[in-house]
Amino acid sequence: MSGSTIIFYLLSILTLVSGILSVTTRKIFRAAIFLLFSLIGIAGLYFWMQYEFIAAVQITVYVGGITVLIIFSIFLTQQAGELLPKQNKNRVLFALLAAFCGFALTLLQIIQHSFNKTLESPILPTMENIGNQMLGIDENGFSLPFEVVSILLLAAMIGCIVIALRSKPTTV
Amino acid sequence: MMEPGLNHVLFVSTALFFIGIFGFLTRRNLITMLMSIELVLNSVNINFIAFNKYVWPHKLDGLFFSIFIIAIAAAEAAVAIAIIINLYRSHQSIDVENTEDLKF
Repeated sequence: MSGSTIIFYLLSILTLVSGILSVTTRKIFRAAIFLLFSLIGIAGLYFWMQYEFIAAVQITVYVGGITVLIIFSIFLTQQAGELLPKQNKNRVLFALLAAFCGFALTLLQIIQHSFNKTLESPILPTMENIGNQMLGIDENGFSLPFEVVSILLLAAMIGCIVIALRSKPTTV
Repeated sequence: MMEPGLNHVLFVSTALFFIGIFGFLTRRNLITMLMSIELVLNSVNINFIAFNKYVWPHKLDGLFFSIFIIAIAAAEAAVAIAIIINLYRSHQSIDVENTEDLKF
């Protein structure tokens, strides 16, 4: 058993265990911290697959951005130290059943299906290849989705400001 | 313990997906539901990267899909949190049961 195998299993255990704790803990702040560890484990998996760029993006956007945003919104809306209300037993049971059935079904499909690797020579996901293809305008380029996403981000930013703006009480 | 390959990564991402689904079905707090959605989106990203690495390494399409999903997920989280904070201002609670009188 090589070191790479051990690292894969450690990262998977970190990701899955903190994911489970994140959806089951009754303290909302701990849920956010466990989510943080789960996202770090996923970034580690990307590093393990040698996709360094996407791992760096994962750490910057998810670990550095979205988790901090979630923690801020917890501070703004939750009373500190208050436990989340206990969940309905039936609801937990049926959710567990649904999740487990879906999991088993999907896993069955994955095991039965054989994935054939292509025989063409691989492109390494280096920064140079990614950059050339991201902003390329030939048939493999992604410059149109790139621009569309930039418009989407602008629209989302304006939308956030408009929604979260404190509306003045209208007195007629 | 076997040498990990595509199936192992797919196992991890499937498990993470259904952990997210479980959280989404059981949680009743809007922020924790948002966290579950983040888990689901991340499991999809793992799938894209794993297929890109193990099945179609001659293209980078899976990587670009992941990048765009991350960008859209960031926008989605920001909008969702703006809505949640606005809801908290008007209802003093972010329980999903209270959102049924959102329309007026």
